[in-house]
Amino acid sequence: MSDTKRFLYVNRKAPHGTIYALESLEVVLIGAAFEQDVSLAFLDDGVFQLIKKQTTTGIGVKNFAPVYRALGDYDVKKIFVERESLEERGLSEDDLMEITHEDDDEEDVSSVEIVDRARMAEIMAAQDVILSF
Amino acid sequence: MKIGVVVNEGPYTHQASDTAYQFTKAALEKGHEIFRVFFYHDGVNNATRLTVPPQDERNVQRNWSELSEKYNLDLVVCIAAAQRRGILDDSEAKRHGKGDGAANLAPGFRISGLGQLIESGIQADRLVVFGD
Repeated sequence: MSDTKRFLYVNRKAPHGTIYALESLEVVLIGAAFEQDVSLAFLDDGVFQLIKKQTTTGIGVKNFAPVYRALGDYDVKKIFVERESLEERGLSEDDLMEITHEDDDEEDVSSVEIVDRARMAEIMAAQDVILSF
Repeated sequence: MKIGVVVNEGPYTHQASDTAYQFTKAALEKGHEIFRVFFYHDGVNNATRLTVPPQDERNVQRNWSELSEKYNLDLVVCIAAAQRRGILDDSEAKRHGKGDGAANLAPGFRISGLGQLIESGIQADRLVVFGD
């Protein structure tokens, strides 16, 4: 068996109200050292994690939203956001922060792909390991 | 089959730890190998030796400790999640100046890093997550 597996981190909860989003991100960052084939999925209330211009000064908790934009530096290049989850919450791609990584030509390209629910199911079916937060 | 288990919720509030325990016990009794049980998020609270549930209730923490002793199970508590929530072993209690006897990690558990969770995903045939 190959030592490289397809890991998908599924983010389903809004940030700050619970710690799931932050601690999920901590797993992703640590996991980067293991050089696996990593994807992130954002669905249900998890799409709120990627809303741009988040500020947490009013609630006294750490704002970890900027870390998402650094994911490219951790070799995390595949971020899937579910279209229906956005639409159900009155959101669109324009509400999400820009997350990019360098492609082979050292050009910054978007890491975010909006996918519909059926495609998300296919993405999940193709994984070896799914960690759901 | 080689199985990795992840427990993401604490005892009593959520069923997740009980279900994970029943699953792990059943898998072991069927002859499967449990590579590791990893406790994350509030799941680290399953590892405190200080819980005192009423006598007519199950003891979630002790269930895990006894299962660990019987099958030599590797019960790993995430260090970052544990420190946030006040779960300390002897060396961590000492390192953070919490005083003698402050350590509350239950028998059979050990504290380690998130790499142990990733390794579990890599090494096991299946990684099964119990959470909310």
